[in-house]
Amino acid sequence: MSRTADNSNSRSEFNRYVLPFLIVGLVALALSFLGALFRPQQFFQSYLFAYVFWIGLVVGSLAVLMMQYLTGGAWGIILRRVLESVTATMPLMILLFVPLLFGLHRLYIWTHSEVVATDPLLQHKKGFLNVPFFIVRAAVYFGCWILFALLLNRWSREQDRTSEPHLAWRLEHLSGPGLFVLAITLSLAMIDWVMSVEPRWYSTIYAVIYTAGDVLAALAFGIGIVLLLARSAPLVYIMKPKHWRDLGNMLLTFVMLWAYCAFSQYLLIWSGNLREEITWYLPRESGGWGWIALALILVHFFLPFLLLLSRQVKERRYLLFTVIISVLVLRFVDIYWFVAPAFSPFHFTVSWLDFLVPIGMGGLWLAYFTRQLTKWPLLPLNDPYAEEALNAEE
Amino acid sequence: MKRGVRFYGLMAEFDDPQKLLEAAKAARREGYRRMEAYTPFAIEEVSEELGHGRGWIPYIVFAGGLGGAVIGLGMQWYAMAIAYPLNIGGRPLWSWPAFMPITFELAVLGAALLGALGMLALNRLPQPYHPVFNVERFDLATQNRFFLCIEASDPYFDRKQTREFLMSTEPREVFDVEDR
Repeated sequence: MSRTADNSNSRSEFNRYVLPFLIVGLVALALSFLGALFRPQQFFQSYLFAYVFWIGLVVGSLAVLMMQYLTGGAWGIILRRVLESVTATMPLMILLFVPLLFGLHRLYIWTHSEVVATDPLLQHKKGFLNVPFFIVRAAVYFGCWILFALLLNRWSREQDRTSEPHLAWRLEHLSGPGLFVLAITLSLAMIDWVMSVEPRWYSTIYAVIYTAGDVLAALAFGIGIVLLLARSAPLVYIMKPKHWRDLGNMLLTFVMLWAYCAFSQYLLIWSGNLREEITWYLPRESGGWGWIALALILVHFFLPFLLLLSRQVKERRYLLFTVIISVLVLRFVDIYWFVAPAFSPFHFTVSWLDFLVPIGMGGLWLAYFTRQLTKWPLLPLNDPYAEEALNAEE
Repeated sequence: MKRGVRFYGLMAEFDDPQKLLEAAKAARREGYRRMEAYTPFAIEEVSEELGHGRGWIPYIVFAGGLGGAVIGLGMQWYAMAIAYPLNIGGRPLWSWPAFMPITFELAVLGAALLGALGMLALNRLPQPYHPVFNVERFDLATQNRFFLCIEASDPYFDRKQTREFLMSTEPREVFDVEDR
């Protein structure tokens, strides 16, 4: 595939964004840490919210990357390099996790021994919810994720260089079991980091909602970057209306999966109507939070769902890009609605730190991501299935 | 021509899809609009060349889905809140969350049913008789031959000129299609 080799243009075009992203990220994060001195409680809440979004995007990309090795098809080859670059940011995400460890006492009530002592339920959960085990588990999750990110990136580069057919086999056989491990670790991570903020409540589908949302965010981000890259070589030669439709349909699928999971949890808890279960929804339905919930139903589900049904939307880039931006913004809103009411039940509140921390983390992350993206050819060079998949008729 | 026999059009037989595609392109350039291609498998470009639009199917499917959802929701509302109100664990009679699964299922059912029926109606199927069946070799359209039929109802159709045009597209043969 000689046409893929010539893509230095769009790569260098992206290179000039690295520094602005880095500056915005560093300034916003510096201001956030300054804010931490005055409002430490708010800082850690905002930090948790921001972290859950960005780590979800990275782990979601790992999942999509593995899925496309298992299913094959043009959509995966088009998205692969962008997703690889996303997963290559895992070291930064591990670094960004460290500040959270200083806020455990402020975020998680199960770290307060005097509260645990008077609560039989928390005593019962003490074997799982304690600080040393929490840290060990986080280390295991990150260990799995960085191993996957490393292997998927390394083997894919090696395929570029050597076109060794054995590498495709390896990538596929890592992806199958890898997805299984990913599902378990991501679920447990979300239970540890977010659900345990309200340790007396539990829901078995809770982590699945995050998984669907994270994959949705990863796809939206990946397709958004492909949209930007598709203005120049090599993607401008590759992308046909059919490919945009495929990518749009993937997005539609995960918009629906997210809605399905989120609604399932609501339906089960609403039907059960049990006192210990409804404690999660009641604080999220009143005092302003209800409007956020309504917005989620309308703008996180119905709007993208109805728009993405149409071929015109999927084939027109600015329309697809608009949908993608709205999906990504609503992912933030969804996670905010999951995290923030735990600290401010029945009463809507938003702090300037809730904007500053995600922007700071995002700026730093985007700088790292963009740098990764500009390092390698934008399409895999020697994938044995690429030529066939990209030229396939529908 | 025998009594009761109407002339339907001219049909060319091709060996491979590429020739059919070029013939369809050329025919469209000549100004022909009322024509149809018959192939053993779907060839997307041909329907483009013939000027077939996207059609009504997406809208019919959407209407079916919407109709199914409204019927599903309405049925449950009528049954649970009007016709046979029951107090179930103190929940409101209008228990919309509990109604959603059925509403969704009926939306899918409505979309699929109306989509399939609409497709049949738009294609005027089932159609046990069609004039092209009168051409003996037309059986091959299900095997390895590709046919392009220009219908006599086309305003540009002229029996002699159209035959000459079709002959120029390198077919195996050109047949008269009669409607008996």
